[in-house]
Amino acid sequence: MSGNKKVIDKILDVYPAKVMKNRKEHMLLKDGGKIQEIAANTRTIPGIITNRGCCYAGCKGVVIGPIVDMVHIVHGPVGCSYYAWGTRRNKGKARENGKNFLNYCFTTDMQESDIVFGGEKKLMAAIDEAVEIFNPRAISISATCPVGLIGDDIHKVAKNAKEKHGIPVLSFSCEGYKGVSQSAGHHIANNKLMQEVVGTMDAEKKTFSINLLGEYNIGGDEWEISRVLQKIGYNVVCTMTGNGSYDDIAKSHNADLNLVQCHRSINYIADMIETKYGLPWMKVNFIGVENFTQSLRNMAKFFGDPELLARTEEVIAEETSDIEEEMETIRQKLEGKTAVLYVGGSRAHHYQGLLKELGISTVVAGYEFAHRDDYEGRDIIPYIKIDADSRNIEEIKVEKDEKNYFLRIPEDRLEELKKELPFNQYEGLIKDMEDGSLVIDDLNHIETEIIVKALKPSIVGSGVKDKYIIQKMGVYSKQLHSYDYSGPYAGYKGAINFARDIAAGMLTPAWSYITAPWRKEPLLTGKVSNMEGAESAC
Amino acid sequence: MLDLTPKKRTERSNLKVNPAKTCQPIGAMYAALGIHKCLPHSHGSQGCCSYHRMHLTRHYRDPIVASTSSFTEGSCVFGGKANLSKGIENVFEIYNPDIIAVNTTCLSETIGDDLTEIIRATKIPEGKKVIYANTPSYVGSHVTGFANMAKAMVTHLSKKTAEGSNGKVNLIPGYVEPSDMMEIKRLAKLLKVPNTMFPDTSNVVSTPNTGKYEMYPEGGTPIADIVDAGNAKATIAMGKFCSEPAAFELEKLCEVQPHVLKTPIGIKATDAFVMQLLELNGGNIPKELEFERGQLVDVMVDVHNHYHGKKVGIFGDPDIILAVTEFVIDLGMVPTIVLTGTPGKQFEAEVSAMFAEAGLTDSVVMADADLMTFHQMIKETPVDMIIGNTYGKFIARAEDVPLVRVGFPILDRMGHSYFPLVGYRGALRLIEKISNALLDKMDMTCADEDFELVM
Repeated sequence: MSGNKKVIDKILDVYPAKVMKNRKEHMLLKDGGKIQEIAANTRTIPGIITNRGCCYAGCKGVVIGPIVDMVHIVHGPVGCSYYAWGTRRNKGKARENGKNFLNYCFTTDMQESDIVFGGEKKLMAAIDEAVEIFNPRAISISATCPVGLIGDDIHKVAKNAKEKHGIPVLSFSCEGYKGVSQSAGHHIANNKLMQEVVGTMDAEKKTFSINLLGEYNIGGDEWEISRVLQKIGYNVVCTMTGNGSYDDIAKSHNADLNLVQCHRSINYIADMIETKYGLPWMKVNFIGVENFTQSLRNMAKFFGDPELLARTEEVIAEETSDIEEEMETIRQKLEGKTAVLYVGGSRAHHYQGLLKELGISTVVAGYEFAHRDDYEGRDIIPYIKIDADSRNIEEIKVEKDEKNYFLRIPEDRLEELKKELPFNQYEGLIKDMEDGSLVIDDLNHIETEIIVKALKPSIVGSGVKDKYIIQKMGVYSKQLHSYDYSGPYAGYKGAINFARDIAAGMLTPAWSYITAPWRKEPLLTGKVSNMEGAESAC
Repeated sequence: MLDLTPKKRTERSNLKVNPAKTCQPIGAMYAALGIHKCLPHSHGSQGCCSYHRMHLTRHYRDPIVASTSSFTEGSCVFGGKANLSKGIENVFEIYNPDIIAVNTTCLSETIGDDLTEIIRATKIPEGKKVIYANTPSYVGSHVTGFANMAKAMVTHLSKKTAEGSNGKVNLIPGYVEPSDMMEIKRLAKLLKVPNTMFPDTSNVVSTPNTGKYEMYPEGGTPIADIVDAGNAKATIAMGKFCSEPAAFELEKLCEVQPHVLKTPIGIKATDAFVMQLLELNGGNIPKELEFERGQLVDVMVDVHNHYHGKKVGIFGDPDIILAVTEFVIDLGMVPTIVLTGTPGKQFEAEVSAMFAEAGLTDSVVMADADLMTFHQMIKETPVDMIIGNTYGKFIARAEDVPLVRVGFPILDRMGHSYFPLVGYRGALRLIEKISNALLDKMDMTCADEDFELVM
């Protein structure tokens, strides 16, 4: 992969000196022989054409929005609520006798007068209206950019509304300018869920109880994961937050094991729940056949029940034999192809195993907003310096809940298991990359263009903003946020869905028509005249 | 679907539910894409820019590129001056557009960043331009943002430099599709009217796949043409909400006579557009155009039974649905509810006047309203069809009526970027969509013995 070195040079070459210096720190060539550092979670360079979003998107759009039975009121002008309406495909269903608000979009639609005189009264009145019309299980309030500037106290409004209506009202100070990306919003959402929801309701104790943390049920992922878990015999107490319900989250401390899928967005809660309730967390990966299988085996080992272990193997055998043959057929078609992955804060790592199973190697990978631990592994957490731009994101401390804290398995047994299972551990993206591959943080427009042109990968797994740019270059781009409106992609059935989809995308006949025959045929000398529509006037 | 929407409407003046509008900057971004070699720039925190790019990308399935000032908390305290100056410098150095069109967000507007001053103090390379529009998200809607950026093009670029006119007519098409802009230009060409259209997104957001990505596609109005718009003999502004401010600004700055017309959707509005072009430029109606119009009338006579008397609920952006409402009335349909999320008493007055003229006494018009209200109105007075953007699909499914997709955004179907709704041909297409939707539903739901071969 010596081409990758040239790509880095090409990229740095287009930048003015100061930008060059900054961007250089955000990319590296994997060298297995060295301990490598990458700069991440720092401010975005203005004008660079980043793919990043904001704190509000990370809080409301990602973590809070998927909770189905809450009315999520966005306090701000209309745009923020509107753009997060139905665009992330976090599916959800109403519980029995419960409600589902996922098809709705609620906003205070702030006007000029609200900016001038403040919007607290309007917000309170909006909550009153929401309660009267919808009678939801709970309400969330999300702040947007101007709210912080004009000094609306949404927490006071939430407190008053809670007293008035007798339902939980959660307020999130997730103004878009906080932090440097969506990541700040994850943290803010985690803090509030931990402080006001987790641990507030008790549940009947069931065997093999687990929580799925950082799983947002995009395209039905969570349903596919849970289908297999339930088949084995697990009880899924709560999913944070795909298809999540308020009560499930309130009861989540009753489970025996937390499984962390998206480390970036939910590791805060995973850690805090462990400190407060003694509930350990384990990193899992439900994407790809081997990863899913490995995760299932790790879970079974934790519980150590012989029947559960046997049932795990039975289900694995059953499920994998269902898809084996077709996976192999597709692999034969895709063998030897290359991928570039650029996704938010977790999927650029999680999909590499599945791609490998299909014969595709990942030559470039990066995150929009992950932190150094997602790249380098959690061991480096003590060495991460929090810079000025993220310093105002509140760090909360929780303490042992004397009443509800208990050890799920004896301490020495847990220590023993820690040697072979990924408890409180995530080793990051870099470790799994091949030597010589390129790791790049906060990838921008010009870098995407250079990488795709130079490396001509067979597939780029990325988002909607760059999908069509990449495809104009003749390269298939698969959305790994929205799954191009398909899914699920997690679990066994998800793996085969993904395989079918990307095979179709890479092999669709249209690619062969990009060059018109008259451009290929050297004997023809017909000239291509200017297109009519481009003429300004007659 | 939408089971939690109660049939009965209750007082609700603070909580918007399922808005029928979005915020200003996305309209400004779309307008800015209609200038050749222009990079739109969003002066705010980067979330806005990402959302606006995403939404336009989903609508057009084409690259939508824009830069942002990427505010941090610090910039909120000290102002966004450094972010914008740095942003502009970086953009010119790395991406080399000919022009940057800056829009603002609720953040920079609330802070009160002085764009004039910041941009004056910024180093702009020789021969390059920066224009800007203030687009506070807490005023109006995306339509307002489009209008503000179209106006800014005039404010910052157009010049009256010559004695007399350049013989051209300015065409400001409004917030319509690239396919519509192509069609408007085709009509002008058929009538031999020299013109400058701006903004013009045709061949910008509907580009071909050639295997070669062009950051600045072939389309877009050349800057020189927008400058020269100050020398035109007249301006036709299509759509009061989107295009009137730019046309009036041209009159104010360059004394170019404005003519404000409806968006040319439907037969009456297209006739008015054609007549206005003839009046300004003289000349004859080409046979081809008369033929097209005659075909449209022919179809309106032939298949009127498909849709005559059908009740329809219409929502969307004011300029578009004013014209659509006029047309469906001409088709003999009954618009029972016409609703926009964009504020504006004028909209209500104009639609009311249409209702009155058509003798529709039970029809309702609402501005500054949302889709929950629209849905409740439909529960009260059931309709046979909904005309609106993609968000109408929830209501269409809940109420089991067909949806004809018109306007912005259309996120779940293709076609709008390539086939026009304006002009006589666009009207034909609209009839095809309306008629097909009603007949498809009939085919799927009628009793076997009522199933017809010929309809």
